[in-house]
Amino acid sequence: MTDTLVDLRGVVRDIVLPDGRVLPILRGLDLSVGAGEHVAVVGRSGTGKSTLLNILGLLDSPTAGEYLLDGSSVESLGQRARARRRGEDFGFVFQQFNLLPGRTALANVAAPLLYARGKDFWTRRRRALDMLERVGLGDRWETMPDKLSGGEQQRVAIARALVRTPRVILADEPTGALDVDTGRAVMSLLEEAATSTGAALVTITHDLAIAARADRQFRLDAGVLAPIVLEAAAVVEHALGVPVPAPTSAEAVA
Amino acid sequence: MTGIVGAVVEAWDELRIHRVRVLLALIGVAVAVTAITAVTAAVTMLSQAMAEQSERWMGRDTTLSAWSTGMSGGLQDAAEIDAVVDEVAERYDISYHTIETWASLSVQGPASSGLDVTVVDPDYGTILRRQVDDGRWFTDQDTERLAPVLVVNQPFLDAYAGGASVASRPVVTLQGATSVVTSVVGRVPVEYSEEGPRAYVLFDHVARWFPDAASADSYRFWVPPESATELAGVLTRDLAAAGVPISVEPPYDEAFALDGAAQWVALGVGAFALLLGGLGLVNIALVTVRYRIREIGIRRSFGATGGRVFFGVLMESVVATTVAGVVGVVLAVAFVKWMPVERIFGAALQDELPFPLSAALVGMASAVGIGALAGLVPAVYAVRVRPIDAIRY
Repeated sequence: MTDTLVDLRGVVRDIVLPDGRVLPILRGLDLSVGAGEHVAVVGRSGTGKSTLLNILGLLDSPTAGEYLLDGSSVESLGQRARARRRGEDFGFVFQQFNLLPGRTALANVAAPLLYARGKDFWTRRRRALDMLERVGLGDRWETMPDKLSGGEQQRVAIARALVRTPRVILADEPTGALDVDTGRAVMSLLEEAATSTGAALVTITHDLAIAARADRQFRLDAGVLAPIVLEAAAVVEHALGVPVPAPTSAEAVA
Repeated sequence: MTGIVGAVVEAWDELRIHRVRVLLALIGVAVAVTAITAVTAAVTMLSQAMAEQSERWMGRDTTLSAWSTGMSGGLQDAAEIDAVVDEVAERYDISYHTIETWASLSVQGPASSGLDVTVVDPDYGTILRRQVDDGRWFTDQDTERLAPVLVVNQPFLDAYAGGASVASRPVVTLQGATSVVTSVVGRVPVEYSEEGPRAYVLFDHVARWFPDAASADSYRFWVPPESATELAGVLTRDLAAAGVPISVEPPYDEAFALDGAAQWVALGVGAFALLLGGLGLVNIALVTVRYRIREIGIRRSFGATGGRVFFGVLMESVVATTVAGVVGVVLAVAFVKWMPVERIFGAALQDELPFPLSAALVGMASAVGIGALAGLVPAVYAVRVRPIDAIRY
């Protein structure tokens, strides 16, 4: 087992509704991810997958429980420190790419470096260009997002997520808006980038075939996270329209 | 350092991308800045014009007027009095002083008639802003000439020199106890319509050629403001001691200038225009921020702090209005430069002012200020957006 990078212990996230009722989103969730590890989380819509990703990426805070990043609790971090660590340690890849409109591919990839300091800030264009070369879009650096295909847009988004060499890549449905072949190619790129930099990769997906590529898989259902083993047959069944398999027990996985 | 540079780069990018929208929003601000800058500049120039107008009658700030007290027993000869006044003025290092009296002389010409000629020293032109529009004003060398010279107006030339121009060196004959041929060296502008013939002659010439017509009962001294009151007393005392019955009056409390209230009214109108422009900007900025919520969320995921988001949105507004301010000030400079000053103020400015720096500064400060105010509301709104909600927006 590699060194633990992110460690969620009994994380609970509740939302207070306007009428005062409390809606539980995550119910006592445990998850450890080591450096260089690829973890996938599957689950239906509305089960708390995005909330989990936001907590991991310091965009949201747990209502209860503990989040250790590099062995230190993030609870004591102020807003400013959280933002700094988010920029330095995490790279986000979104389902809808979320490229900044009206800016070239290069400007999009360079955007996170606007919040960096020192050399990273001043050399942002060159670094962004290098990163675009790495994802195979070096010749499209001047292109606006709306002139790129879905796969190309996601590759730009991946280049943007990687430009600050994050230690954790958080991918929220990275292939959700892509066809199967393009999705597979994008995942390969993401995995390769994570492996080459030693970054941890946490993928949230509906797609069992994508999830099956990870080192470990979890299913999030009604706010409860449970490890699963995805058999090849199950993946095929899912592709044929069979419901997502019930989680196997943690003991069975162990 | 990188934080500030980054925020400015970010703001500039935003403006570049949304240039049409920004342009429309900023037209109002630029026009308002033009108005406020041009008004400030015009008020400065108007004050200058009015001060100059006033100085044509009363002398420059600070000019002491001196009048004969009518006391007898002292010197009675005008030339002697004038020599004493010159000596006293020199004693106190007064660089500019002039006699200002009138001599009744007869001018020979097609329509010969008596004329009250203004008797002056060369400094009169400087102290009372007399400028010639043809030829020249008197110089110190003129006092040594072997024949008197005149500076006149066009009606004088029309009446006594057949309308000749100064360049043709017209001559007229002045007659007092004796007749003397004088040449005209300069022409002053006509000051009002239907002005009759007007002529200036040097005191030294009158004293030499028409001593009977010479008098020395009125003077003006242009002195430093800080010592004006003191000098008035000292000059009166020294002149009295020398037997010259002339009293030097202390200066007026205030030079005649544009009423302060009028300046504030003009500035108030400009400020109101700027406020309207700023409100338009707030409106557009608020709409834009709502439109950009997702983008703000994405930037948060890059590690943008709340402060940075606030500063970024604020900077967008400030950078934009600063650009509008520069445009506005440039327009105002062009406007004021091409303004028909003579038609508006009644006379051209003698001391041509550069565009008042204060007006440009007021314009730029207004632009930056309204940018900061207009950016404040959307910046607060942007900071309050929760990153997670923003990304899902």
